[in-house]
Amino acid sequence: MSDSERTPTERADFKRELTEVIPHLRAFARGLCGRPDMADDLVQEAMLKAWAAQERFEPGTSMRAWTFVILRNAFLTDMRRNRFRGEYDENVAERILTAPAGQEEPIHLSDMHRALLTLPPERREALLLVGAGGFSYDEAASICGCAVGTIKSRVGRARAALTKMMEDGTIPRRSTGDESAHKAILQELDMVAAGNGISAKS
Amino acid sequence: MKSDKNKVGKDCSDNAELSSQQTGGKSGHRTGQKPEWANGLRQLYDSVVEEPLPDSFKDLLARLDDKS
Repeated sequence: MSDSERTPTERADFKRELTEVIPHLRAFARGLCGRPDMADDLVQEAMLKAWAAQERFEPGTSMRAWTFVILRNAFLTDMRRNRFRGEYDENVAERILTAPAGQEEPIHLSDMHRALLTLPPERREALLLVGAGGFSYDEAASICGCAVGTIKSRVGRARAALTKMMEDGTIPRRSTGDESAHKAILQELDMVAAGNGISAKS
Repeated sequence: MKSDKNKVGKDCSDNAELSSQQTGGKSGHRTGQKPEWANGLRQLYDSVVEEPLPDSFKDLLARLDDKS
């Protein structure tokens, strides 16, 4: 089906560019689905698809945008199969992001990621593309295959939802009831217990 | 011409503001509709970009060549 077989040089160029965008694919995937291992699986799946479809890549255009489309499609397919539900990354650095006035707890990057994961996928990806990946609204719209206005509205809603969570202090804590959250709670309890000297409670 | 410029400026404001926030450190004040958590998205993204590439990716890249 490939009448225009790529020359070895073109294949090498393609591979180099593909290699260069891997860190970005991983970052986008990690934002979309919380678990790092699943995110990396998704990236590898996307890379294989990109490699197989390389004849359709137009040299000189953005490899990052092109591969993000492939990654996004793979993600949406998996979403429909019900993977990634309620999963989030426990390993995000507990870096303090901001300490809003009037709130006792500072906001950490991990809080932010959990908040992000509560958004509907289409708003999450829009916000990730524009707010994290640095794509313009136009580029984000073409990656998602929708109108620029749609992207703007999704980003706006996503921002409003996150802001509300941050301001109201309703960021989902590690208590959503799923297994990983449960484990996290136990770990936190251990830490609290250790910190307060109330250990040895089995 | 001027309005065009403004438009472009607005579209790019995400990045410009993000980077200025990153270098400017923490000051609680908000510019425009930019919430103060906004640079966290970038941090989240960049923290992954900066991770060393796991071996599984190098293996995959090596295997790609066999396929051609």
